[in-house]
Amino acid sequence: MIQVKDLHKHFGKHEVLKGINLHVKSGEKVVVIGPSGSGKSTLIRCMNHLEKPTSGTVIIDGVDITHPKAPINKVRQDIAMVFQEFNLYPHKTVLENLTLAPIKVQKIDRKAAEASGMKYLERVGLAEKASAHPAQLSGGQKQRVAIARALNMHPNIILFDEPTSALDPEMIQEVLDVMIGLSQENITMVVVTHEMGFAKQVADRVIFMDNGEIVEEGTPQHFFQSPEHDRTKLFLSKILRSN
Amino acid sequence: MGPFAWFKWEALFADLPQFFRGFGYTFLLSVAALALALVLGIIFGLLCEVQFAPFRAISRVYVEFFQNTPLLIQVFFLYNGLPLIFGLKLSVTTIGIIGVGLYHGAYITEVVRAGIGSVSRGQLEAGLSQGFTYTQVMLEIILPQAVRVMLPPLTNQAVNLIKNTSVVAIISGADIMFTAKSWSGWNQYYGPAFVAAGILYFVICFPLAKLATHLENKVHGGAVNG
Repeated sequence: MIQVKDLHKHFGKHEVLKGINLHVKSGEKVVVIGPSGSGKSTLIRCMNHLEKPTSGTVIIDGVDITHPKAPINKVRQDIAMVFQEFNLYPHKTVLENLTLAPIKVQKIDRKAAEASGMKYLERVGLAEKASAHPAQLSGGQKQRVAIARALNMHPNIILFDEPTSALDPEMIQEVLDVMIGLSQENITMVVVTHEMGFAKQVADRVIFMDNGEIVEEGTPQHFFQSPEHDRTKLFLSKILRSN
Repeated sequence: MGPFAWFKWEALFADLPQFFRGFGYTFLLSVAALALALVLGIIFGLLCEVQFAPFRAISRVYVEFFQNTPLLIQVFFLYNGLPLIFGLKLSVTTIGIIGVGLYHGAYITEVVRAGIGSVSRGQLEAGLSQGFTYTQVMLEIILPQAVRVMLPPLTNQAVNLIKNTSVVAIISGADIMFTAKSWSGWNQYYGPAFVAAGILYFVICFPLAKLATHLENKVHGGAVNG
C-alpha cells in the first residue's frame, strides 16, 4: 500500500529525514509520534508528494510517486490528507468544499457528489452546516468538515497531519471521535499526532520518530508498556507527565 | 477681466460639444488601455508565481522597467523613437493605448502578485492534495480568493490610468486634456478650459474611487478564514 524506502529529505543543509524505511499495509492504522522537529510531518507530506524527497522512493499502490513522470494527480485522488490548519476553501460553502474535487477532478456527477457529500457530513455530525461557509464554523467543526471532504474522494488512504494540534482543548475530542469511528473501516490511516490516548486506542502500530529517524515501532501495547529505547522512554515520560 | 470672467465661460459653454468629444475619446482610450493593462497584469502577475525562474525574471524586468521610468518618456519613445529606429509609425491612439496599457500593466502585475500572495499556502496544498493540477488550483481555489483582495487596488489603478491618459495630449491625441489645451491656446481662456477638463476627469474618476473604498470595506468587513 505505502512503501517508503531509504527516504532522505534536506532543507538546505539541515537533514530532516535520514533514511526512513516504512511499509504500511492496506487497512493498517499507523500512528506516528515524536517531538516537534523530528521529521514526522515531513515524512507524511512526502507520502503524497507535497514535499519532494531529496532521495529515496515512496511507492503508493505500486506507483513510485518520486518518479518525475509519476501520475501524481491521479495517485493523490486515492490518498487524502487532513491538515493541521484545516485548509478548507473559504470561498465555498461546506458542501461545496466536499464536492469541488469530486466534480472537477474525479468528474463525478454533481448530484452524486452532493448526495455522498451529505452522507459524510451527516456522519461527522454537520449536515445542518452544509450551506454555511467555513468562517462560520468552530475549529473542531472545520476539522470535521475537512475529514468529510477527504472521505468524499473515496480514498484508500487518509493522511492526518497533526489534525488536532490547532484546536482548542475542548474541541479535540469531537475530532478524535470522528477519527476513531473511521478506524473501524478498512481505510488505511497514517496519523501524525500527539494524542497518546488516540494512539493507544486506534493504532495497529505506533512509530516513534526522533531527529529524522524511526527510533522504535511496535504495537501500542509494546510501545507504551515496554519501550526499548532510551529516547522513546524519555519522550513518553515527558509527554505522559504533561498529559 | 479676470481669468474666470463670465464671457469666457459663455465661450466654453458654446464649445462644450468639443469638450464632450474629448471626454468620449478619453473614455474609449481608457477602456482600451485598461483592457490591455489587465491582460498584461494578469499574465505577468501569474508568471511571478511559476516555478520556472526565467519567467519570473521576465516579469520582474517588465515591472521594474515600466514602474521606474516616467510614462511621458515611454510615450515619447513610442511617438518619436519607434519611427526613427524601426521606421514604425503608430497612430496617436494606438500609442496612447499601448503606452498607458504597458505602464499600468506593470502596476497591475504587482496587484495580481500581491493578491495571489495573500492566499495562504495551505490552500495550494489542499488543492494539490486532492489531485487538482496547479492550473486548476489557480483557477478554482487561489484566484477566486485573490480577486477579492485585488479588486480595491485594481479600481485605484483604473483611476490612475484614466488620469494618465492625459499624456496623449502631448502627442496631440484628441482627449480631454488636449481639447482644453488647444481650445484655450487659441482664445486664451485658460481658466474655464482647465476647470472644465478637471471636472470631466473628476466625473469618471470619483465614482470609481468611491467604488474602490466600498470594495475595500467589503473585503475587510467579511473576514475570511479557512
